[in-house]
Amino acid sequence: MYKATVIIKLKKGLLDPEGRTIKQALNFLGFKEVKEVDSYKMLDIVLDAENEEKARERVKEMCEKLLANPVIHNYEIKIEKLSV
Amino acid sequence: MIAVIKFLGSNCDLDVCKAIQLAGGSAELVFYTQKNLDKYNGAVIPGGFSYGDYLRAGAIASRTPIINALKKMIDEGKPVLGICNGAQIGLEAGFSKGVFTVNKNARFICKWVYIRVENNKTPFTRFYKKGEVLKIPIAHAEGRFYADDDTLDYLYKNNMIVFKYCDETGEVTEKANPNGSLDNIAGVCNENYNCLLLMPHPERASQKILGSDDGLKMFKGMLK
Repeated sequence: MYKATVIIKLKKGLLDPEGRTIKQALNFLGFKEVKEVDSYKMLDIVLDAENEEKARERVKEMCEKLLANPVIHNYEIKIEKLSV
Repeated sequence: MIAVIKFLGSNCDLDVCKAIQLAGGSAELVFYTQKNLDKYNGAVIPGGFSYGDYLRAGAIASRTPIINALKKMIDEGKPVLGICNGAQIGLEAGFSKGVFTVNKNARFICKWVYIRVENNKTPFTRFYKKGEVLKIPIAHAEGRFYADDDTLDYLYKNNMIVFKYCDETGEVTEKANPNGSLDNIAGVCNENYNCLLLMPHPERASQKILGSDDGLKMFKGMLK
């Protein structure tokens, strides 16, 4: 069993309204040192796979088929073996 | 007969059926599990919050069985109209190009706006003049149109931008852009013009008592 952590981020330079709103709120609360906040989505996916490579391959397919939108997103995959 | 597609979380389906009837047509609700739409002359993907807008608005609905049937319909040249969440679903499914994503102010916006007809050669806009201004409501949190430079060029070259947000006089201005959409884009179509995806709600502007009937001609055009 493996745990895949998928991080889905907006491509560089794209507007991130959620991150910007959080930054403004932090500045408003007195955290004037905050210059930038980027929001992203992180998913933990537990799956069966023969080995780490196969798990990564399948999760990549999931990203391409559903989890990320190639128009605006990049994604990273980290795989961790779970001790059952 | 027009198929009005119902997903888990669609909520404008009955309003769309009513608008189609007002336009002189007939409509039938079709559940998203259907795989065949051959008996229908066209389809509308109505607004709502399919799958709670989880992941991204429209993302999960755009991977359901009915999408292939809608693709087939589009390939056959039948009119397919995606409204609001239906437009988000359509872009996620690749019916046109670009994406509708989180509004610039990160909020849900519900208000009356004006849009200008940029392309009146589609079935849906054939009864409008080019440059005509429609009064129509929007209601969305993820309606900001975005595409990269190459895609935007492609959309212009192929006349795929159908509506732009404008002011009452038809001027496309920054101030008239409710959600930060690239170039004020409110609706796009496919290369063959028979699939229109727009964020504003024509069914909510389909009779005078609602505040405007400027949207009704979209359904009339689709039925012709």
